[in-house]
Amino acid sequence: MNALEIKDLSKSFRSNFLYKKTTILKNVNINVKKGTIYGFLGLNGAGKTTTIKCILGLIKPDHGTIRLFGEEAEKVSSRASIGFLSESPYYYDYLNAKETLALSGKLSSLSNKKINERSAKIISLVGLEGKENLLLKKYSKGMLQRIGLGQALINDPDFIILDEPFSGLDPIGRKELRDIILSLKAEGKTVFFSSHILQDMELIVDDIGILRNGKITKEGKLKDMVKKSIKNPVSYSLEDLFLKEITK
Amino acid sequence: MKIKAIALNTFKEAVRNKIFYLLIFFGIFFSFSSKLISILTIGDTLKILKDIGLASINFFSVIIAVFTGINLVYKEIEKKTVYFILSKPVERRDFILGKFLGLALTILVALTIMISFFSIFILLFSGTFDPYILLYFIFLFTELLIVISISILFSSFSTPILSSIFTIILYLIGHVIWTFNEFKYKFINPIEKIFAYSIYYLFPNLEKFNIKGAIVMNDPINIKIIFSTLAYGIFYVSAILLISIHIFKHREF
Repeated sequence: MNALEIKDLSKSFRSNFLYKKTTILKNVNINVKKGTIYGFLGLNGAGKTTTIKCILGLIKPDHGTIRLFGEEAEKVSSRASIGFLSESPYYYDYLNAKETLALSGKLSSLSNKKINERSAKIISLVGLEGKENLLLKKYSKGMLQRIGLGQALINDPDFIILDEPFSGLDPIGRKELRDIILSLKAEGKTVFFSSHILQDMELIVDDIGILRNGKITKEGKLKDMVKKSIKNPVSYSLEDLFLKEITK
Repeated sequence: MKIKAIALNTFKEAVRNKIFYLLIFFGIFFSFSSKLISILTIGDTLKILKDIGLASINFFSVIIAVFTGINLVYKEIEKKTVYFILSKPVERRDFILGKFLGLALTILVALTIMISFFSIFILLFSGTFDPYILLYFIFLFTELLIVISISILFSSFSTPILSSIFTIILYLIGHVIWTFNEFKYKFINPIEKIFAYSIYYLFPNLEKFNIKGAIVMNDPINIKIIFSTLAYGIFYVSAILLISIHIFKHREF
């Protein structure tokens, strides 16, 4: 059983003006193996966030199925095993980091004892020691990304979705985040993330899927894909592969 | 537990906003200023104090209910904090109920503060505590529950400006809709009659909750009317919340 299985996922939206239909996703198929790091690539507007929203039940697919550890993603209970970090920091700015983690834990049905235990560990993991009592309205974008990651991990999820997690982070922050993602993998967690920063992605992903105009054009092990297309083994990289894929 | 977490978070958001305290202050200030107005008018001073004081509390609590209600739900969608909540194992039903209960708690606190100050004010002036003020508090709170459920309903699919306009219009209609009940016998045409009945039963009759006149005039209030009015309020709130939940369940973010 895969951690995530998406079959024939299609989604279109109707614009308010003239009620015109725009298709965003066309029969998307994705398979994410348990305990791996999956890089989800695509240009802006390719449909990455729409796919993630479908997985989270924020929008309903027109067609297709999504299963998380065998359970249908449209069921609310499937989200108990998910941790989600959104692209932009959409959190309550009148709360501090501790309160944000507590709220996140309560929404995941954690006990107060468990919340306290996890919060202390997470504050340290995301590097926010000493800043936990500061209101989020006073946080920088990088700090918000850190608390965003923290709230995603509070319920100790088996499947972690990170939408553009490196945006807003400085080089040290990016390195720390890569280490956190790798440590999550070492704990047996599955990480599914989208990013434009291909250099970071290349360093940590096992598998990739490239989304172009709402369709998955390439999916598989990064190592195999880079090898297969190789002409010049020295200069070939994920960036070359991605650029080739989206311009062909 | 999830509903409680959302409700407490909603309450926290409201009480960490300075405008909330400003509106409570104005509510108290204007209810106290009834003393000043009573000097300028002829008649029973206590009646004037109660009339103007309770009207001030009513006005500012409605303002708090309408604007807090509309802003808090719409802001969740506009600022996309709703992603944070709904990406957790939280039913959309629980989100709406949590928001409603959080707002209800906010209104309860605001109303309790205003009514407490006003009761002390009346006690100091007349030397007696008027228990009907407590009944006024319960009726006004029930009316405000209808107002916040309406504001949640509109803000679950509309913008804050439109939601404010719709909620205020419904609030005003709610205070004049009783006239349809008076006039419905005058309609002879069956279509007109059905229309009048439909309008009367569709919109909330908020005037049912207005017992200010009875308090000011010291008129007795029938216990049956008290319970039937409260039951009407609970029924109406439940119906609107069910519609809001249905709309919110089908909404895409």
